[in-house]
Amino acid sequence: MIFFIIKGLIRDRHRSLFPLITVTMGVTLTVVAHCWVNGVIGDFIDYNARYTTGHAKVVTRAYAENLDQSPNDLALLEADQWLDTLRYRYPDLDWVARIQFGGLLDAPDSMGETRAQGTVFGFAVDLLSTQSREIERMGIQDGLIRGRLPQNPNEILISDQFADRLEVSPGDTVTLLSATMYDAMTMQNFLIAGTVTFGIKLLDRGALIADLTGIRKALDMKNAAGDLLGIAKDHYYQEQQIDHIRSDFNERFTDTQDEFSPVMLTLAEQNDLASMLEYIQSMVTIMIFVFIFAMCIVLWNAGLIGGLRRYGEIGVRLAIGEDKGHLYRAILLESLSIGILGSLVGTIIGLGIAWYLQTYGINIGDMMENATMMMPNVFRASITPPAYSIGIIPGLFATVLGTSLSGIGIYRRQTASLFKELEA
Amino acid sequence: MKGILIFFLSTMTLYTQYPDGNALLEKIDRNMISRNKIIKSKMIIHGRRASRTIESKSWIEGAEKSFTEYLSPAREKGTKMLKLGDELWTYTPSADRSIRISGHMLRQSVMGSDLSYEDMMEDPKMQNLYDAVIIDEDTLLNRTCWILELRAKVRDVAYHSRKVWVDKTRYTILKEKRYAKSGKLLKTTDILEIMQVDDRWVAKRIVFKDALKQGKGTEFILESIQFDAIIPDYFFSKAALRK
Repeated sequence: MIFFIIKGLIRDRHRSLFPLITVTMGVTLTVVAHCWVNGVIGDFIDYNARYTTGHAKVVTRAYAENLDQSPNDLALLEADQWLDTLRYRYPDLDWVARIQFGGLLDAPDSMGETRAQGTVFGFAVDLLSTQSREIERMGIQDGLIRGRLPQNPNEILISDQFADRLEVSPGDTVTLLSATMYDAMTMQNFLIAGTVTFGIKLLDRGALIADLTGIRKALDMKNAAGDLLGIAKDHYYQEQQIDHIRSDFNERFTDTQDEFSPVMLTLAEQNDLASMLEYIQSMVTIMIFVFIFAMCIVLWNAGLIGGLRRYGEIGVRLAIGEDKGHLYRAILLESLSIGILGSLVGTIIGLGIAWYLQTYGINIGDMMENATMMMPNVFRASITPPAYSIGIIPGLFATVLGTSLSGIGIYRRQTASLFKELEA
Repeated sequence: MKGILIFFLSTMTLYTQYPDGNALLEKIDRNMISRNKIIKSKMIIHGRRASRTIESKSWIEGAEKSFTEYLSPAREKGTKMLKLGDELWTYTPSADRSIRISGHMLRQSVMGSDLSYEDMMEDPKMQNLYDAVIIDEDTLLNRTCWILELRAKVRDVAYHSRKVWVDKTRYTILKEKRYAKSGKLLKTTDILEIMQVDDRWVAKRIVFKDALKQGKGTEFILESIQFDAIIPDYFFSKAALRK
């Protein structure tokens, strides 16, 4: 019977084309939206994890209370010993020490007087150890525009835009003015080894990367670190796993009476990321439901119009003795066929668009001039296994629901008046 | 009606018994400010985690010029600061550069203490910045004091108002509270010990406290002070920072 129905659909395009187009469009949008949101969320989490939050982070309790200020006066002491402990106990994550700091970068003239000055946001990471993966993790090599990577603790990288603004180049010496761990002003000279682009507007405006050793000396932070970041080796944020590690660590090591005892935070607990991610997920769910609802309404309407157009056909079929239930099921089967075909086509088109967005992305850097969040300039989609099947849910559901609503009219047809209608 | 009138008249009498606040302010300034002075001091900074001691020597001329060299600890040794009018310069041997501190940098703390660079830059002559009224009396360090209320009379001041406890006879400040325009308490100063040098009375031990920070504040200890010493002019030049 199914082949008979499909033949009928192919021959009578009037009753199949419009629903097919509707389902295809809806499924395409669903697939693209799913891949897009997954990509954006994934990138958002990834960038935040790589640069600031890690998948887990260990800081002092006092530091945690002022996390957004990166208060280095409340930094964790004996950081190297804590790193050893973390690497031993939780080997599934890569543990690294980082220091975030702010300050002024001062470029001198030939007389040593200030020629240009700019506010800078800095990361101190382990750039020089042979086993360190920080260069790869932060995409520093790929982002290098001019010069080279630092080769000793007195060398830094600055964002290329910032270098242009200060009119400095690789090989120039600049002075960092910042505050030590004891809140005293510090001045330290650094050589610009190279310039980089981070792909994040916030950092491209004015950021600096330096080796941990050099910044520890500048900020008087001997064996201290602002935070110890743990990043999953496969770079995927597994919430349950991280939660388990967090609970275990805090149970063992956090002393609620000591404001300088360490505490572990997950990615979701930092920077309101949990609420932001929940919000995005909720918005996506709502969007998909809206698609489904809208598609249902449209298909219901299409079904009604189709029913009107096929009034005669249905009347004849009922008159020659076809059971109403059988007829209803036949129409549902038609819509199911359209739904499957539409879902298939829509998924293929949707995946194609998603592939394009995954490969090339959309550059929203111009819209992020005044951004204060760690977000990439280029947003990309991400095709994940669920993307291959997610379109089927709205594709089939909307079609069948729409048709089932419009097909109810069959049960209202009166057999007694059928012949009269035929005569008419 | 009679009662109100008597009350009003007695209050008026009380107020007329207080001397003029501005005149008292002038006497305070005269005691504090000299032609020049050389000070050797120690600053004990009580941080949230630990305490640090910074030793320094300062050469001060009037209210406009001062040169400070930090002597210890090793990390701070050789750091210098030069104040010339409304300009503040700092020099660090590690960077071998003199940089002017201005703008928001002035709000940073000096060596991590509760004192800010802005506090250092303030015109020490309070009569130039504030109008004063005596509002009460008190006793501190076994000395009777006037309590003055100071209100800013110029726009560009760090503290909109102050409350100052002043020794009635020696004209030394024994306690001070500094407020923002909103009335929020920003800084407190408590003098723990006074000493006489020549014909002046100076604070030997002071505790500065930033009311917005946690911690026990910064203790300032005057080790020696010399008034009207000979200070060569070259001290108050940018070239002296690099010497």
